[in-house]
Amino acid sequence: MRRAAGLAVCVGVLVLVVLLSLCVGNRWVGAGDVYRALLDFSGSDTDRVVRYLRVPRTVAGLLVGAALGLSGGLMQGVTRNPLADPGILGVNAGAAVAVVGAIGLLGVHSLTGYVWFAMGGALVATVVVYLIGGAAPVKLALAGAAISALLGSITSAATLLDLSTLNEYRFWVVGSLSLATGPIVAQAVPFVAIGTVLAVVLGRSLNQLALGDELAQALGTRMHLVRVLAGFAVVILAGTATAIAGPIGFIGLAVPHVARRIVGPDYRHLLPWSMVLAPIVLLLADILGRIVVRPAELQVGIVTAVIGAPLFIALVRRRRMAGL
Amino acid sequence: MVSTAGWLLTAVIGAFALTRGDYALPLADVLRTLAGHGTLITYDVVVNNRLPRVLVGIGVGTAFAVSGAIFQRLARNPLVSPDLIGINAGAALAAVLMITVLGSGWIPLGALTGSLLAAMAVYLLAYRNGVSGHRLVLVGIGVTAIIGSLTAYLLTLADIYTAKAASMWLAGSLAGRSWTHVVLVGITVAVGLPAALASTRQLRLLELGDDLARALGGRVELARAALIAIGVGLAALATAAAGPVGFVALVAPQLARRLVPRRPGLLVPAAIGALLVVASDLLARTVVAPASLPVGVVTAFLGAPYLLFLLTRTNRI
Repeated sequence: MRRAAGLAVCVGVLVLVVLLSLCVGNRWVGAGDVYRALLDFSGSDTDRVVRYLRVPRTVAGLLVGAALGLSGGLMQGVTRNPLADPGILGVNAGAAVAVVGAIGLLGVHSLTGYVWFAMGGALVATVVVYLIGGAAPVKLALAGAAISALLGSITSAATLLDLSTLNEYRFWVVGSLSLATGPIVAQAVPFVAIGTVLAVVLGRSLNQLALGDELAQALGTRMHLVRVLAGFAVVILAGTATAIAGPIGFIGLAVPHVARRIVGPDYRHLLPWSMVLAPIVLLLADILGRIVVRPAELQVGIVTAVIGAPLFIALVRRRRMAGL
Repeated sequence: MVSTAGWLLTAVIGAFALTRGDYALPLADVLRTLAGHGTLITYDVVVNNRLPRVLVGIGVGTAFAVSGAIFQRLARNPLVSPDLIGINAGAALAAVLMITVLGSGWIPLGALTGSLLAAMAVYLLAYRNGVSGHRLVLVGIGVTAIIGSLTAYLLTLADIYTAKAASMWLAGSLAGRSWTHVVLVGITVAVGLPAALASTRQLRLLELGDDLARALGGRVELARAALIAIGVGLAALATAAAGPVGFVALVAPQLARRLVPRRPGLLVPAAIGALLVVASDLLARTVVAPASLPVGVVTAFLGAPYLLFLLTRTNRI
């Protein structure tokens, strides 16, 4: 019961953060103006800023944050490795190599164009990692690390040999929400929804998986199926996030640790908490990024790390992390 | 056995690397030049250019591999490598600062300072009645994330040519290495490797877990601090000399575990690391000639497929 109440409080905080994200920017827009822009659109500059810039950006932050938090929690459950994040399955490396290929070889220069390449790259990389890594958690993690390194090499070779590709790539790789537009965000919604449903279904099985292979098998868990489904959920969640905002690394790793500290190792609670906490962190970081170097902006990937990592370190120091 | 074979192969590839390049020389000419009977040109090519490059490669490979082996065993996690302790991130940020502010001559010193500062910060932040392996790694990830994002930000601010120079260094490169670098790396390995070998017993003890190690009479905290210091020193100095050559520290100990049936010491990963870097550098400067790639790009091309092959073939993890 207390967990549910806590989660409700978090959702409340998230709603406040969303509202703040609609108000704050290069120019402050009051709550009343936001309300009018959403429901009584008059076509004024303020209305247009809110509707065509801040709403897509905020929704993108919500989706990307939720996707990263969930996929990070799923990854740590499947690999039973506290260092695992979606990047370990090759999601980021696959997306990056596909985007670089799209820029360098096919001359794709818009974010709408990157999206599908990033998704495809993430998917292919993860399938290969699964085919090689198979069932054993350590093997899966190692295979993921090796594939990521291999793809990372291709990316850096391509960017080093072609200056103009490097020039576009270095801005994509930082991770930013500012380029999200309405259509891209709309495309992402179904993917995140599917991933969320899968995560909800898998919570109990991940708990059994955490007991170790033998015990999980004795309890009747179909381990292979669980691993494949969880992997699929991770790809579409993290792949979507990477496609919208570029590779934002830190949240997927850190937020599940924070959630674990608050609600314990039970994945049926840990996953929803991760899903709510991650967008709070991401949106707050994005809001901060809009204010600190006004009129310029700091990309959200940078702010997340600079603000989030000290909190994470403080948390790690405070006590033995549960579930390691 | 594996270790000897590794060193022999390294020597053969190293010798071959001396003959290849823009100005191809037969092995006989190379040997004559090394014996002191070459022309001015061959002397310059072989002794001032290619030999330091090969020697730095051997030293750097050894240092990264041993450092990686130490950290993986300390943390009992195969995904751990010195870059997670903040070494690469610190060196990278410092190097990018040097490139954009002071000029590239200051890179080695800056990188060394940066990596040592970052590693020290990680150790101190992780210290709380001692340092557990997990806490060290998690704090390392946090610090690495902060420093890494600052580096990426600096790169978006810089003009594109600076960004390219920095990216080149960040990939890890042996291009233009001189005898100064050889001396630096030589001293690093000459001090670090014996020190690491001398602490093998402590490393085995710590691998059993803190409680057991303490019960068996080990001075756990001291031994761990010493091992971390050795691992950081090796990786930091190697990074100062060649940049953060990727993947060697992760893959060399893993390959060693799979190639040697019984528990490998530190010499097998060392040999594999040296071989990997020297062979990668040869490829890096020949396959895309007349352009050349940084060696750190190629190490993963060579190392990753081999690790994947071993992963699919054996069930041992």
